[in-house]
Amino acid sequence: MERPAWAPRSIDISVPSVARIYDYYLGGSHNFEADREAARKAMEFLPGLPKIMQANRAFMRRAVRYAADEGITQFLDIGSGIPTFGNVHEVAQAARPGARVVYVDHDPVAVAHSEAVLKGNADADVVAADLCKPQEILSSARVLDLIDLNRPVALLLVAILHFVEDADDPYGAVAELREALAPGSLLILTHASYEGIPLPPQRAEGAVDVYKDIRNPLIMRSRDEIARFFEGYDMVEPGLVSPPRWRPETAPEDEDPYAFSGFAGVGRTA
Amino acid sequence: MTAEPDGPEGRLRRFATIWSRAVFPVTSTSLTRPEFEEQLLPLARSLSESLRARTFDAEAARAVGAALIDAHCTDPEALSRSLDCVDAYLVLYCGEDGHQEELRTRCSRLQHAMAAGFAQALRERTLGEQEAIAQAALRAQGVVAQALHASEARFRAVFEGAAIGIGIADLEGNVLQVNGAMLRMFGGSEQTMRGRNVREWTHADDAPQVWRLYEELVSGEREHYHVEKAFCRPDGTVLWTNLTVSLLRDADGRPQYQLALMEDTTERRLLNLRLRYEATHDALTGLPNRTLFFERLEKVLAAGEGQRFGLCYLDLDGFKTINDSLGHAAGDRLLVEVADRLQSCATAPGEMVARLGGDEFVALTTGPETRREVDELAARIMNALIAPVSVDGRELTVRGSIGIVEGAAGERSAAEVLRSADITMYRAKSAGGNRFELADPEADARAITRNGLTTALPTALERNEFFIEYQPLVHLGDGSVHGAEALVRWLHPQHGVLGPDRFIPLAEHTGLIVPLGRWVLEQSVRQAREWQERHGGNAVTGPLRVNVNLSPCQLTHPGLVQDTVDILEREGLEPEALCLEVTESALIGADDDLLKPLRRLAEMGVDIALDDFGTGYSNLANLRRLPVSILKLDRSFTQSMQQFPADPVDLKIVEGIVSLAHSLDLAVTVEGVETGAQAEQLRILGCDTAQGWYYARPGPPERLHELALVDATG
Repeated sequence: MERPAWAPRSIDISVPSVARIYDYYLGGSHNFEADREAARKAMEFLPGLPKIMQANRAFMRRAVRYAADEGITQFLDIGSGIPTFGNVHEVAQAARPGARVVYVDHDPVAVAHSEAVLKGNADADVVAADLCKPQEILSSARVLDLIDLNRPVALLLVAILHFVEDADDPYGAVAELREALAPGSLLILTHASYEGIPLPPQRAEGAVDVYKDIRNPLIMRSRDEIARFFEGYDMVEPGLVSPPRWRPETAPEDEDPYAFSGFAGVGRTA
Repeated sequence: MTAEPDGPEGRLRRFATIWSRAVFPVTSTSLTRPEFEEQLLPLARSLSESLRARTFDAEAARAVGAALIDAHCTDPEALSRSLDCVDAYLVLYCGEDGHQEELRTRCSRLQHAMAAGFAQALRERTLGEQEAIAQAALRAQGVVAQALHASEARFRAVFEGAAIGIGIADLEGNVLQVNGAMLRMFGGSEQTMRGRNVREWTHADDAPQVWRLYEELVSGEREHYHVEKAFCRPDGTVLWTNLTVSLLRDADGRPQYQLALMEDTTERRLLNLRLRYEATHDALTGLPNRTLFFERLEKVLAAGEGQRFGLCYLDLDGFKTINDSLGHAAGDRLLVEVADRLQSCATAPGEMVARLGGDEFVALTTGPETRREVDELAARIMNALIAPVSVDGRELTVRGSIGIVEGAAGERSAAEVLRSADITMYRAKSAGGNRFELADPEADARAITRNGLTTALPTALERNEFFIEYQPLVHLGDGSVHGAEALVRWLHPQHGVLGPDRFIPLAEHTGLIVPLGRWVLEQSVRQAREWQERHGGNAVTGPLRVNVNLSPCQLTHPGLVQDTVDILEREGLEPEALCLEVTESALIGADDDLLKPLRRLAEMGVDIALDDFGTGYSNLANLRRLPVSILKLDRSFTQSMQQFPADPVDLKIVEGIVSLAHSLDLAVTVEGVETGAQAEQLRILGCDTAQGWYYARPGPPERLHELALVDATG
């Protein structure tokens, strides 16, 4: 008999993965030709995509350091992808030795890779789960092992919510996660948007279409729509801004124009 | 490390700054540029030292190239910009006062080594990352495969362990896989099922739509269907199932397989058939019952034009007597025999016999020729009943009355047809029984149904529709009037005067007999008292007496004695002037509990008469035990004495009974005396009292006065 229709599909590396495309943008080689082909196609429309990613990473680094300075020692990074360098655990554990980090991703390859990278790190682990099912994340053994939800947590949703369509209720998922967090927790978030891209939206749409073609649609949201994810949080200064403008350490004017695409922000639960 | 701007350390720092500014835009690092510059500073120092070393060695520059990769400067542009930078500024900022030509040569060689170190490190990092991601993909595949395996194992366990039969076939109908439950249902092995084709599984009982639904499913027009379907098992038995077939599509929605889920309903179906049989058949005789008969009759009546029906409604004559006298077991055996005989009368297609209840049967014939056939059917039934039925060694004569209804389909309802048959049957019974009558619409219109009478009974008593007639009882010795038997009549507003045979059984059935009986007793006692006041009695026989009938139902009523005493006291009549008549059959097998009230009444002085004596299968020896003082001989004994000379056997029987009665100190009354010869004969035989048309028909109470007056004056 052939494989019955109810069985889950197997890993197919001929299908591009957003996690491996992201790695390619960052100059990594944790990717296959299908990923690179999709990335190159997107870059035909938006040549500055690597700079956007780099700005995201730089923001994340600053935000994690900010969280560590605020005394937070627990980090939950959902949509962590393939950790190449400058990862949350590196930044956090450098700032605060012994900081606990749990990565979450639904891409089985990304999860398998993370497991290899984190081998031997007792304070960091990875969970295979979906942002749209927060309870599966919160009740997973590894989260329960490493993270005490009665104490503040930094929740990272960096470059992930723009891959969740409204039909899958991203606002509901974010709210459900917020409910689980202790007061003083931080939400560290970035999101793609047509706002800030130094190109007419028609050009940028070409890149959005590439993601549609690989069945991982990229949902561009407006600033207001992105701000709604922070419902229930008090915004940390300077609020929701383009990534280089969030607590910059060097003059933002020196940054690549593409770095200003989309929005980044940090909120604190009351 | 602080340095003078123009000192060697300051110049080295300036070189690092220029280098970091050149490369930073093409790196992927998440560090800031100043942080990145700090990373480059030791690399710059290494290059600077190599440049000016006493013994030149370019090897350290390889490590600098490799370090760029470690700092995530993987873009080849980063190398190009680094080499540009080294070429333009290394000698300038770090050469100090060395030999310029020598420095330029060394700088070139350092660049070559840097490039080689960068390339080697990039190659190793790329290969390492490719390996890592390939390994990750492989492990992920392993995890998914394991999950799939676990899921498949689960589904296999469900498939194999399910109590429901599951089978999968391709769209051509080839069976691919069946589970254990399905094999057990079919009673076959995997080999016998595999490779079979679904289309072979036709069965004679397949509903017409079964295979149409199948074709729709396999052609993708239908997602699933649900039917009741029979299959032939290899051993030839039938498997009945609740079958659900679903279409399985592949990931792209193309029809791929058909999935059958089946539940074995064979047992349940048999049980249903059995329950249906029990619900539609009479448990005693096995004949179809009223329910099934009505279903059938309704179907026949709903048939198309040109179709006719004929119906024989049979009621056994005198069955109640048999039941009462021989017991229900004997009655039941008789009914079974009658049922068998009836069934043999209606064997043609379209014919049917059913038992409606009690001793009522119907035979139905259908088709275009029922006008002739129904008469033949009735004749066959009458014929079948001729031979006596043997029950417990007794030969019982069975007679029946049949009402026939014949007509075209579509004109009347089943209830109307049966009502007509019932009325007609009663006409046959009224005409003496043992005959059949054909329904007649006019007679139907006049006829009174038992049902109608039953429902009218309670109000009839309230509305005083009953009245009593009295038939004189005459002393055979001197011809004097001795008293009278009270006979209740019903003056029905539509049907006129009805005799007790029409409504007493109904009153018994509904329980109305108790209040009705009490009313009759009250009226009769009052009447007797009135006669006494007006007229007094006869010197020889005492005052005028009144005979009142007691039905079996009244006999068992707990208030009988008290009611009787109350009435006698209230009306002021002495108990000796009252005679209660009880049928012989009501006392058959009576136990002491039943006889006790009669004994009480007898002790008070009330006479108890045994009515219809000789019609039952009475045990003469039993007579001693009964508290009776009078035997009323049934008219059948005296009928033959209407002619002269009388049948000598009958004479002997009557003589015997009278002699027996007298020896037990019982008086004998005879009924149905119609001629003088008869009266004379009975007087000679020693009978004490008589009643009959010869003396007087039942009439109003005033008639008795006249007779008694004649008596008195005569």
